Amino acid sequence: MQLISCPFCGLRDETEFRFGAEAGKRRGTASSSAEEWANYLYFQGNPKGQTREIWVHLACGEFFMLERDSMTHEIHQSYCIRKEDQK
Amino acid sequence: MIRRRSHYSAFTLFKEGLLGQVGWQPTWASPEPKPAYDAIVVGGGGHGLATAYYLAKNHGLPNVAVIEKGWLGGGNTGRNTTVVRSNYFYPESVALYDFALRLYEGLSRELNYNIMLSQRGMVVVAHSEFEMEISARLVNAMQINGVDAELFSREQVIEIAPAMNARPDARYPIFGGVWQSRAGVARHDAVAWGYARGASHLGVDIIQNCEVLDFIFEAGRCCGVVTSLGEIRAGRVGLAVAGHSSVLAAKAGFQLPIQSYALQAMVSEPVKPVLDTVVLSLGTGTYVSQSDKGELVFGGGLDRIPSYAQRGNPPLQEQVISGLVEMFPAFGQLKLLRQWAGIVDIVPDSSPIIGPSPLPGLYLNCGWGTGGFKAIPAGGWLLAHLMAIGSHHEISRPFDLGRFTSGRLIDEAAGSGIAH
Ligand SMILES: Cc1cc2nc3c(=O)[nH]c(=O)nc-3n(C[C@H](O)[C@H](O)[C@H](O)COP(=O)(O)OP(=O)(O)OC[C@H]3O[C@@H](n4cnc5c(N)ncnc54)[C@H](O)[C@@H]3O)c2cc1C
Ligand SMILES: [Zn+2]
Repeated sequence: MQLISCPFCGLRDETEFRFGAEAGKRRGTASSSAEEWANYLYFQGNPKGQTREIWVHLACGEFFMLERDSMTHEIHQSYCIRKEDQK
Repeated sequence: MIRRRSHYSAFTLFKEGLLGQVGWQPTWASPEPKPAYDAIVVGGGGHGLATAYYLAKNHGLPNVAVIEKGWLGGGNTGRNTTVVRSNYFYPESVALYDFALRLYEGLSRELNYNIMLSQRGMVVVAHSEFEMEISARLVNAMQINGVDAELFSREQVIEIAPAMNARPDARYPIFGGVWQSRAGVARHDAVAWGYARGASHLGVDIIQNCEVLDFIFEAGRCCGVVTSLGEIRAGRVGLAVAGHSSVLAAKAGFQLPIQSYALQAMVSEPVKPVLDTVVLSLGTGTYVSQSDKGELVFGGGLDRIPSYAQRGNPPLQEQVISGLVEMFPAFGQLKLLRQWAGIVDIVPDSSPIIGPSPLPGLYLNCGWGTGGFKAIPAGGWLLAHLMAIGSHHEISRPFDLGRFTSGRLIDEAAGSGIAH
């Protein structure tokens, strides 16, 4: 059983977490084209190796950033999304 | 170029028995790669090998290569639980999967290779009134689309799978289910090897242990591949690399609507015949069949972590096994023999992607996710059509990558009640 660190609750069982989406996408506006919407909604890098993703801790309900390796499942760091916005 | 091969028959077996088994030809040839081909197929799984076979067979392309980084069928094709069926909801999906099933029905003869297709039927068991309503809807849709389907009562399910937990106080009581009698299982390796043998016979070069690392670009077109054995040029390149589609798409300069996940399966120790059909439970999400060797082959949903690690994680294992034991309490006594996983290519609408890629000269066959073994003959046929003719076959057109921009998705996840 793998442990994942929620920035708020600390290390918890992997079953308490859910993958949300790849990080770094920007939602379009009313004037965005169909291609832009498709890219936002469906298309992704799906990298093999280093990833930067948004996950949710189902127990506390908070979305946060998780950097990990999709090949080895090694977790590098997790941090809250709010902090990034303050930089 | 036609390569010589042994014709497989009872007579040849008898003759070789008398002559000391020295006359057998290799099942497929293993040539060195040539500097250039008419067409290259990347990925020696079922879809890639079938594509090469139909490029040679249906379109007469003499100069085709399949390039595989490992061994034939070593990806998902050789890891899958081999259920074949066409119990889908939308007309587009039925056209595709039933075409595949019809090709499977004639494949052993077509390839002169026994793929051990066993149409033992499959029942998708419903555990509530509401699941029965959805099941009836699916049966109606299948019948309208011209595919055999029957709504089974509780008694019919118990009759076809008597070992199932039929207690009235079961957590998942049996209400009935969807029955497809033409569904069943086939031998996964035999499908890969049969297509490889057929393709090699028609002159296709099958190159194993050769990884595609990049593409050759000229004037904005794909003109071949860069491999671990050097550059190989080709007028058209087909991609059939399942869970690794995004990795190669990145090299070609575009993204796909794919997320790679591990899907795992397990087998028990072998036992005497106890289950002669395929059973999937809508309640537990676990499905099971019994192999010719007597092992119970079973699996369930995806591991929930996007992954390229070819192994299964314990939480899902536990869920799948508890599902199995709930469905068949007697199986709780069995020992687990093996457990493994493959990296599957999951698409938001659970339908495959077949069509031209954004890079001219490069064509896609991917997104089969958890259910592409059943589609191998059709996937190969359609990608070969696309590569040879340059435009869609009418069956593959709805599965074009463009559906994600137009919004015309073929959302089978809910429609057919598949477990993933
Ligand atoms: C556990 C499990 C159970 C399943 N059960 C079923 C089932 O019951 N019924 C069903 O219909 N489907 C099932 N599936 C799905 C099915 O196995 C796949 O959809 C299907 O086999 C895909 O075939 P493919 O030829 O596209 O891919 P694969 O068989 O994975 O072949 C792709 C090949 O590409 C090669 N490759 C990758 N990258 C490169 C590169 N850079 N250069 C060269 N080669 C490369 C790989 O080595 C691999 O051999 C299951 C899958 C799994 C994992
Ligand atoms: Zn938390």
